[in-house]
Amino acid sequence: MSTVPAPRELTTRPRLSDRVFRRVVTAGGLSSLVILGLITVFLAYRGVEVLRQEGFNFITKSNWSITTDDAGNVVESHFGLAAMLVGTILCSAVAVVIALPISVATALYLNFYAPPWLKKFLIAVIDMMAAFPSILFGIWGFLVLMPSIEYWAKLLNRYLGFVPVFHVDAYVFTRSPFVAGVILAIMIIPIITSVSREVFSQAPLDRIQAAYALGATRWGMIKAVVIPHGRSGVIGGAMLGLGRAMGETVAVFTVLNIVFQVNWHVLFGVGGNVASLIILKFGEASPYEIKALMAAGLVLFVLTLLVNAIADLIVKTTGKSGK
Amino acid sequence: MTSSLSEVANAHVTKAPSIRAAGTGLEARGVHAWFTKHHALADVSLDFAPGTVTALIGPSGCGKSTFIRTLNRMHEFIPGAAMAGEVLLDGKDVYAPGVDVTKIRLQIGMVFQKPNPFPSMTIGENVLSGLKLAQVKVDNKDDLLEECLERAGLWKEVKDRLGAHGGSLSGGQQQRLCIARALAVRPQVLLMDEPCSALDPGSTLRIEETIRHLSDTMTIVIVTHNMQQAARVSDSTAFFLSDGGPGQMIEFAPTSEIFSRPKDKRTEDYVTGRFG
Repeated sequence: MSTVPAPRELTTRPRLSDRVFRRVVTAGGLSSLVILGLITVFLAYRGVEVLRQEGFNFITKSNWSITTDDAGNVVESHFGLAAMLVGTILCSAVAVVIALPISVATALYLNFYAPPWLKKFLIAVIDMMAAFPSILFGIWGFLVLMPSIEYWAKLLNRYLGFVPVFHVDAYVFTRSPFVAGVILAIMIIPIITSVSREVFSQAPLDRIQAAYALGATRWGMIKAVVIPHGRSGVIGGAMLGLGRAMGETVAVFTVLNIVFQVNWHVLFGVGGNVASLIILKFGEASPYEIKALMAAGLVLFVLTLLVNAIADLIVKTTGKSGK
Repeated sequence: MTSSLSEVANAHVTKAPSIRAAGTGLEARGVHAWFTKHHALADVSLDFAPGTVTALIGPSGCGKSTFIRTLNRMHEFIPGAAMAGEVLLDGKDVYAPGVDVTKIRLQIGMVFQKPNPFPSMTIGENVLSGLKLAQVKVDNKDDLLEECLERAGLWKEVKDRLGAHGGSLSGGQQQRLCIARALAVRPQVLLMDEPCSALDPGSTLRIEETIRHLSDTMTIVIVTHNMQQAARVSDSTAFFLSDGGPGQMIEFAPTSEIFSRPKDKRTEDYVTGRFG
């Protein structure tokens, strides 16, 4: 019986050019990590006092008040983000629910149905949509979209009002999370569409041909080949859009009726999200309140990370079979 | 080379056209094909009798793959592709206006060069996928599944793991799975575009056996680079060649004749290995 040798260590000495290039790309790759880390440290440092003061109330209670004496010393303060967190989740969930089917349909149309000239044109338009300033979406949403969408909101409430999310306590349909969600949906459609288009276009040609050769219609081929192949990528794109929707500030601020009251009813005109709270209070905030806003930013940041982590998990567990 | 090939070809006894083979066969009449401006194939007329195996041979770029793809209208998927002429299935032009192309492809199945099972489906689902795609109803799926895998020569190897994914099979098994998948929709004609070129000799042999069994009940057209394979499996052989211009069909004859007494000098040069 011969003895089995231990595996040898495999090494190579890279050339100077390769080592230099390696440093450059490493620096590039780590820069986003460093920037994100520094922001987190800054937010935590500035927000820790308020977080310690409020404890869990900061995310479970819904109030925002600060009283100072004539000298500017804080007499009493209550900070609680619950309503804003619920609003953040609600608005962005509405946005993804609306944007995802539209984006997937758009991506499928662009890849498999659109004539080449229209495809080019539409891609340019959609890319432009992504670069459109969000304040204009907000103003347009407030002035144009809201009056016309009220009708649809009422319709939804009338026929689906028995579903808790579509219930309203009072007949206030304007400035609701639903309206904000629709605007956010328009804003994230370009993101989800372009990611979906990319993954759909990478569906393997030999599988596509196999489906057609079996007598598949185009829709049948898409169902059998393209969607299974692109599913995990589409989920990834939706999560990217969700992240954008959760952090969106100006458009939501313009539209929403920011009230410190937890509201799970999407059609009811009461809401707010964390980012819009920050912009609402930032201008006139006292130094102590600014710390509270930094803490709010930290909470939003953690929420976004959490959602992304969950999304990653979903992609990893469901994405395998399609490849 | 010539003698050994013709021996193989003669040893493969040409069957009398089977009465079980469905339809009245497939016929190409004056088929031309283009890729945008490039004229790839000129004036090919061929008759594929029901229940026979026809091999298309020729050097790379001679248009044989292009030709086979015009037969089930897969050619038109390539942007800029065009064709002229007629392809008749049971006497009806498959390119006639108003023809549902998906129905044509149900009757003329295809197996590709590279095995391409659907990776998101199990072995069983792969075999039955054509029915689902074309919305064909069957009464007893289990019987059909077994029958198709049996005819493709794969049943014994996979019967205990029909729920496994198609990608878990070896290359040769995947190709036989693709054959079983093509059989499930009960085509009259099966087109095979170099079905063994990505496979090892053992798997190639299994596929050739499968082809011989299948030819009892259907019309088979096979593109191959392997002349021994053409000699082993086919009843008739068509030789394609391009002299720099569009590919043309040079000679079409019973396989034994092509390999022993080719009429055209160019055919003889090719089958004796002087070029190609």
